[in-house]
Amino acid sequence: MSTTPALFRRLGRYYAFYVVGFIGLVGLLAVAEQFGLSARWIGQIFLFATIAIYASIGVMSRTSDVSEYYVAGRRVPALFNGMATAADWMSAASFIGLAGTLYYSGFEGLAFVTGWTGGYVLVALLLAPFLRKFGQFTIPDFLGARYEGHFARMVGVFAAVLASFVYVVAQIYGVGLITSRFIGVEFEIGVFVGLAGILVCSFLGGMRAVTWTQVAQYLILIIAYLVPVTILSYKVTGVPLPQVMYGKVLQDLGVKELELFSEPRENEVRAQYRYRAEEYARKISDLPDSLVAERMGQVQRVTELRTQGAPARDISAAERTLRDLPRTPDEARLKWERVRQDSLARTVHPAPHAQPHPGVDQAGRNSARNNFIALTFVLMVGTAALPHILVRYYTTPSVSSARRSVFWSLFFIFLLYVTAPAYAVFAKWEVYSNLVGSNIGTLPHWVTSWGRVGLVKVEDINGDGILQLAELTLNSDVILLLVPEIAGLPYVVSGLVAAGGLAAALSTADGLLLTISHSLSHDLYYKMINPQASTQRRLVITKSQLLVVAVVAAWVASLRPDSILLMVGLAFSIAASAFFPALVLGIFWRRANKWGAIAGMIAGLGITLYYIMRTHPFFGGNMGDAWFDIHPISSGVFGVPVGFIVITIVSLLTPPPSAEVQALVDYVRLPDRIGNVHEAAK
Amino acid sequence: MSDTDARRQAYWRATMRLTAVLLLLWGGVSFLPGWFAEEMNTIVFLGWPVGFYMAAQGALIVFLLIVWLYDRWMTRIERRYGMYNED
Repeated sequence: MSTTPALFRRLGRYYAFYVVGFIGLVGLLAVAEQFGLSARWIGQIFLFATIAIYASIGVMSRTSDVSEYYVAGRRVPALFNGMATAADWMSAASFIGLAGTLYYSGFEGLAFVTGWTGGYVLVALLLAPFLRKFGQFTIPDFLGARYEGHFARMVGVFAAVLASFVYVVAQIYGVGLITSRFIGVEFEIGVFVGLAGILVCSFLGGMRAVTWTQVAQYLILIIAYLVPVTILSYKVTGVPLPQVMYGKVLQDLGVKELELFSEPRENEVRAQYRYRAEEYARKISDLPDSLVAERMGQVQRVTELRTQGAPARDISAAERTLRDLPRTPDEARLKWERVRQDSLARTVHPAPHAQPHPGVDQAGRNSARNNFIALTFVLMVGTAALPHILVRYYTTPSVSSARRSVFWSLFFIFLLYVTAPAYAVFAKWEVYSNLVGSNIGTLPHWVTSWGRVGLVKVEDINGDGILQLAELTLNSDVILLLVPEIAGLPYVVSGLVAAGGLAAALSTADGLLLTISHSLSHDLYYKMINPQASTQRRLVITKSQLLVVAVVAAWVASLRPDSILLMVGLAFSIAASAFFPALVLGIFWRRANKWGAIAGMIAGLGITLYYIMRTHPFFGGNMGDAWFDIHPISSGVFGVPVGFIVITIVSLLTPPPSAEVQALVDYVRLPDRIGNVHEAAK
Repeated sequence: MSDTDARRQAYWRATMRLTAVLLLLWGGVSFLPGWFAEEMNTIVFLGWPVGFYMAAQGALIVFLLIVWLYDRWMTRIERRYGMYNED
């Protein structure tokens, strides 16, 4: 084994070569594109080249040593662990979805930006150094040792698997979307490409292989994220620093918004959407007669066109409309209600981009503000409680390098999150100032090409041949991809962005998959079912669990569950209320005991799940039952305080923990190699 | 109580003080700009409405500073109480 500084230099050299090689590949493809390489080929070369890179790192890092497999031998330098954590952390949702969320929600979307970064302060101050000093393999390990026994460990395993599984399904789903939309393979094939990409990294080498691929994936994803918007910033403002320059663009956008919102034609379009919403409301209330009338009208229209000898294209269009009519009144009610809601949403202007907490009245504004604060809180605490992030700090060589590693993690994450709002503002500025108001016949080519896959929709409702803002529908995933198009960059940049999204999804999926399989094999099997298991057998069990979980997750993803994004949002509340109070009190309050922790974890998790069921339509709840108007995505805002209170009260009512556990608390509080009594006893 | 015990207690007290101060700063920067966003947005600094800037960038920079300061100060505290190990 080489010493740390030598290892650091060697890694630095490897990754420098790698970055240069990758940039070379992009350059080569750019040249090839000039010579007529098609977009489809570019996309596929990116897909397979990057997966081949990850696979070779995965194979080179194969290991059969338990400590290597679970915690990468605990010698990952702080800087590289920071990059690996950043890749582990930034998912397909951060990479592709965040820019779109910020485009549509403006200021309100910033809860994600502050929430997903501020959580690292909690990781640094309250968890990482202490967990590193504890120095075992999983988060349930800590709960089991600190709270004496299998029960707390069991609750930990349950919450870790629950929160991580929905998240891993979402990542594989994301891989399917990226490959199908931007590279042009089928969704199901994309899912299995993703599965293969994940398994080649994690199966042979566990944490060790995942760590080194995650570093490689971070480098690709950050290059892919920063390049397009930097070039666009240079083109729009003359300075290639989008993070600094978008303030000026935001100011211009504010003026443009006011102008657009008072434009007469814009208001005319909004009025027409109101009529349409009213019309559909009437049709829905007249069901089933309205459906019969609709069908008869359409049949009549087809006959009329035929007898008039209209062009075949018009006839077949009319026939298609007839065929697509809902078959039953129930189906009609659902379909028409969706149209009504959509039209209704278009009757009001979007809030100005920089305006915080929009609402129709003071109560609406207060509710928006409370939800903003609650969401920020839940995302922060959830960040500091997701097991796949916390275990990364087990892999550093020492307590002080764990601290430094949190700084590097946050720094590498910061680079992406500080850029995301710039994407939203630049894209919005372009849409508002250039796209809106232009002639519908001469829209840029991406409108048609993405229109074909349903990502962009244009409807000239007032028939004036000019595009109004309310007539345009952009899928929120498109915002990120809009930027290379606006900047007039060649397709190779869009391929690069797709490769970045893929890297983000794969790296997060790897980390999550390890967390799940380690919870099941290490905590459930080795610690609880068969403590006599040999090292060999433990690794075999871990690898088979990994395979099973990965295949099940890919299978669930290939079913395309509608609710997956919702579930991911909920994972933060679940992790926050199950883990955060028990972990923090376990370190900072010696008196917290087994009974308190068990009761607190169950109560916190219970309240969170109960609130979600009570308020979310997916589980049959409704917002009328909400407390303080808080949305279900922020349900952890109730679960976390309940967890703290219950742990405190129940701990005080029951006997204090044993002397051995109190010694463990003292042990984790002190830095490296101090208080080694416990170390020797292990 | 032995000398080591006293030293360890003093070390932990210093750690707690630092943690409390930094957590307070974290809480302020995380939640106050969100709460007073409307009021802060009326101030425009270098083209940025300040409320928007704080949530999009300012808070993030302060987070980085907090984590960096924590590492520096903890190293200093460890040295002061003779607990620092070179790694």
